[in-house]
Amino acid sequence: MASEHLLLVMILAAYPIGALAALGIRGAPGRGLVAGCALVGALAGLVLGAVRLGGGLAPTFTASFLPLTGIALRIDGLSAFFLIVIGVVGAASAVYGFGYSAAYEGRYSLRMLGAMLNVLLLSMSVQVMADNALTFLMAWEAMSLSVYVMVLTEHDQPGTIRAAHWYIAFTHAGFAALVAMFLLLSAGDLTTSFAAMRSAPLAHGVRNAAFLLALFGFGTKAGVVPLHVWLPMAHPVAPSHVSALMSGVVIKMGVYGLLRVTIDLLAGGPAWWGGLVLGLGTVSALLGVLYALMEHDLKRLLAFHSVENIGIIFIGIGAGLMFQSYGLTTLATLGIIGGLYHTINHACFKGLLFLGAGSVLHATGTRNMEEMGGLIKRMPRTALFFLVGACAISALPPLNGFVSEWLVFQALLGGSAIPQPEVAVIMPIAVAMLALTSGLAAACFVKAFGITFLAIPRSPEAEHAHEAPLSMQAGMVSLALMCAALGLAPSAVVRVIGAALSGLERFAPAEVGFTLGLPLRVPGAVGEMSPPLLALGLVLLLGLVPLGFWLAGADRRLRFGDTWGCGRIGQTPRMEYTATAFAEPLRRVFAELYRPSRDLSIDFHPESKYFVQSIEYRSEIRPWFERVLYDPLVHVLGTAATWVRRLQGGSVHLYLVYMTVALMVLLTVARWGR
Amino acid sequence: MIGYVLVVAQAALALLLAPGLVGLIRWMKARLQNRRGAPVLQPYWELGKLFRKEVVVSNNASWLFRATPFIVFASVVAVTFLVPILAVPLPFDGVGDLLVVVYLLLLGTFFLSLAGLDPGSPFGGMGASREMTVAALAEPTVALAIFALALSAGSTNLGQIVARTMADPGAALSPGHLLAFGALFIVTLAETGRLPIDNPATHLELTMIHEAMVLEYSGRYLALIEWAAAVKLLIFFSLLGNLFVPWGVSVTMTPSTLAIAVASLLAKLVVLAGVVAVLETRIAKLRLFRVPELLSASFVLALLAVTSSFLLR
Repeated sequence: MASEHLLLVMILAAYPIGALAALGIRGAPGRGLVAGCALVGALAGLVLGAVRLGGGLAPTFTASFLPLTGIALRIDGLSAFFLIVIGVVGAASAVYGFGYSAAYEGRYSLRMLGAMLNVLLLSMSVQVMADNALTFLMAWEAMSLSVYVMVLTEHDQPGTIRAAHWYIAFTHAGFAALVAMFLLLSAGDLTTSFAAMRSAPLAHGVRNAAFLLALFGFGTKAGVVPLHVWLPMAHPVAPSHVSALMSGVVIKMGVYGLLRVTIDLLAGGPAWWGGLVLGLGTVSALLGVLYALMEHDLKRLLAFHSVENIGIIFIGIGAGLMFQSYGLTTLATLGIIGGLYHTINHACFKGLLFLGAGSVLHATGTRNMEEMGGLIKRMPRTALFFLVGACAISALPPLNGFVSEWLVFQALLGGSAIPQPEVAVIMPIAVAMLALTSGLAAACFVKAFGITFLAIPRSPEAEHAHEAPLSMQAGMVSLALMCAALGLAPSAVVRVIGAALSGLERFAPAEVGFTLGLPLRVPGAVGEMSPPLLALGLVLLLGLVPLGFWLAGADRRLRFGDTWGCGRIGQTPRMEYTATAFAEPLRRVFAELYRPSRDLSIDFHPESKYFVQSIEYRSEIRPWFERVLYDPLVHVLGTAATWVRRLQGGSVHLYLVYMTVALMVLLTVARWGR
Repeated sequence: MIGYVLVVAQAALALLLAPGLVGLIRWMKARLQNRRGAPVLQPYWELGKLFRKEVVVSNNASWLFRATPFIVFASVVAVTFLVPILAVPLPFDGVGDLLVVVYLLLLGTFFLSLAGLDPGSPFGGMGASREMTVAALAEPTVALAIFALALSAGSTNLGQIVARTMADPGAALSPGHLLAFGALFIVTLAETGRLPIDNPATHLELTMIHEAMVLEYSGRYLALIEWAAAVKLLIFFSLLGNLFVPWGVSVTMTPSTLAIAVASLLAKLVVLAGVVAVLETRIAKLRLFRVPELLSASFVLALLAVTSSFLLR
């Protein structure tokens, strides 16, 4: 009992101390305190979550703080799981941030960055433990605002302000929806505990409305298509360890919220809820990866991949919700476990990739892949960690991304159990889209890794790149190890996630039924596999082949020479394949979707048009979402804002009139209401 | 115990037969084109020669370039331990199912593409880009074909799929199976770099995919990659042969059934090699940007396969 209180106090104390230290202490000691406090808090959360899911704590644990404020905390399985997610990425980012933010010294406000980093981690930890809507919403808003401040860190860089505007607009649209949703659920009293909300009888219409509001509100944070527009703008401009947190954890809070509301507070709903989530997930996964393919800004590319991976998570959860509505509890559990497994996997590998991209940015000063190249020789460790992340996100066995995708595949394959064939037929289509997504993701990461790290440097900056400092490497290596561990011990992870779900009283009791031996076996033996044995086999084979060579007496001579250039001597970076060229075939295949705009201008010599002086070719792909959906919206909002501004005349008399009118209207309405 | 011996024997057999399979297709093609053609055993001699040659590595290449042949080879050999080439059920059935097989092969493709980019040669980059495009577009077809097979077998487990079809021979002729076979056959051509997607015989840089990607390899590295490519072809052929037409696959592990299994495997490989040889003499290579159309045709076949499995269940 005492230990959980101690851990909770550590979480609640370490972060504020870190935040205050950031404001008060400058220089390396300040950065050290920021990182240290964030690390302590994150690890305390990690331990608390792990102990809870390992069965070391009571199923739920409630703590009420300062009764008058209405803040109430409670830790159940789902909270514990997300505490682990926050803890893993939070700890790695904090350590990494110590080295990374050194470059900000004297240029940008390190005080705000350090303080907000701790506020962010604190608010997310509180949020997943929140036991009433008020606590949840306050933590939610603190999280959103701290991210906003950190996105603005490099405020003088082009695009930053615009990105922050988009971010704040989306986050507040989502927040409004969430407030409305909780007001519906709690019958107006936001301090009502979640337990009371669970047992409140709600009409069908109210439940549906609450679900749709939740989907919108949490969807904006998760960055699910078409609410993802802010994500590829805001992620790249934030400092890289913040990007890692945003992509690894912050957007997962959308997943947490959706799960908390739909399967815990509302206890599932009709099949179309799941279908909607599944559909959004499929579209997000596919569009996310397709736009990522066209991206040459390394961090923007990763941000689009977050849209993709949120899509995969939503596919798992959506399938789970659908199965639940048909009473197929085992399959429902499988789907949601797949989604949650992918949640922690994505937190690890995307966190790792963003940290890797940050190291590259740190070393070369650019995010443009076309100006990199050859970094594997200049920063070998970063390259290796990035490669691990790239393999994991491409779902290559035996790393973690593959395991969760496999689980989602297995859940979808179980779709034939749905009694209505017209509904069940959605599942194979989702399977196909998921497979296409993972194939395209592999292509995209061949591009990302190949163009960034391989071949010869494409610019002087890349040529003089240097390896990241130790603290940054430590952040990366911890996440790389997590990727391997999560891939190699799936049975244990699945059991932990099963424990996270079994705490939800109203989610049909999770009779998980996975076997706990080496192989991961899906209930009903739909399929099984064993990543540890697979990894062992691969490692053995990797050792045996050179041994075979040696025994067979193969020629071991090795000569170094130039790359073959069709007889041309001397290779320059301009001869290399570029990222644009790499993605060109896929751009052509999906041209209908991209609708690239091309602009070709040729300058001729004034004497004769047979002499070309210069050719300029520009091509741009702007996601059609922005054109079709958001351009009109921005226009309408701008017009409305101009109109509303007229109300603000600066005259006190006018304001008094407004207030009187408002008061009278309110009084009348209140009178009618009675 | 016998199972483990069998698995090792099966992997060894696959490794041994694979170059011969490539040689056989080449020889048949030559005969069909009124050429005498190189002997069937030619690929073995080529491999042997490559193993004895020194390796030239580009100055620009990193460790990845030198590790890739081993990764590609290891992933392909790992697959030969998982797929039913001679017998079911295999002791390693639980280690990986059909999805694992597909993604293990993707692992090899992934690293091979990276290695194509590594020396900085434009050809390598071009091959890598095309290879990943084709691989990505083939993925959904493979997944749907797996779905169709798993629906009728109730499992993605390879041994189960084979056993279920053997228990119910009529299933092999069901529309779902036939359509899935067609889809997977097209994917086989794409994944193994055969006509009409890629031309395994060409060394004309602008038309090739696989060959462009491995252009910088030489000596034993090239031998490993070529060998792995041959084994991959054999794996796809034996999947086509044993998942859809499982007869001959040994279930009881007695010497006589194993002998039948070897004989039937050889027969299936020869038939499929013949089909591919005829096909490759009859059709021309598609333009790169027509390839997606062919792959989407195979996707539609696979989708129909799943739908009919649903409706005719």
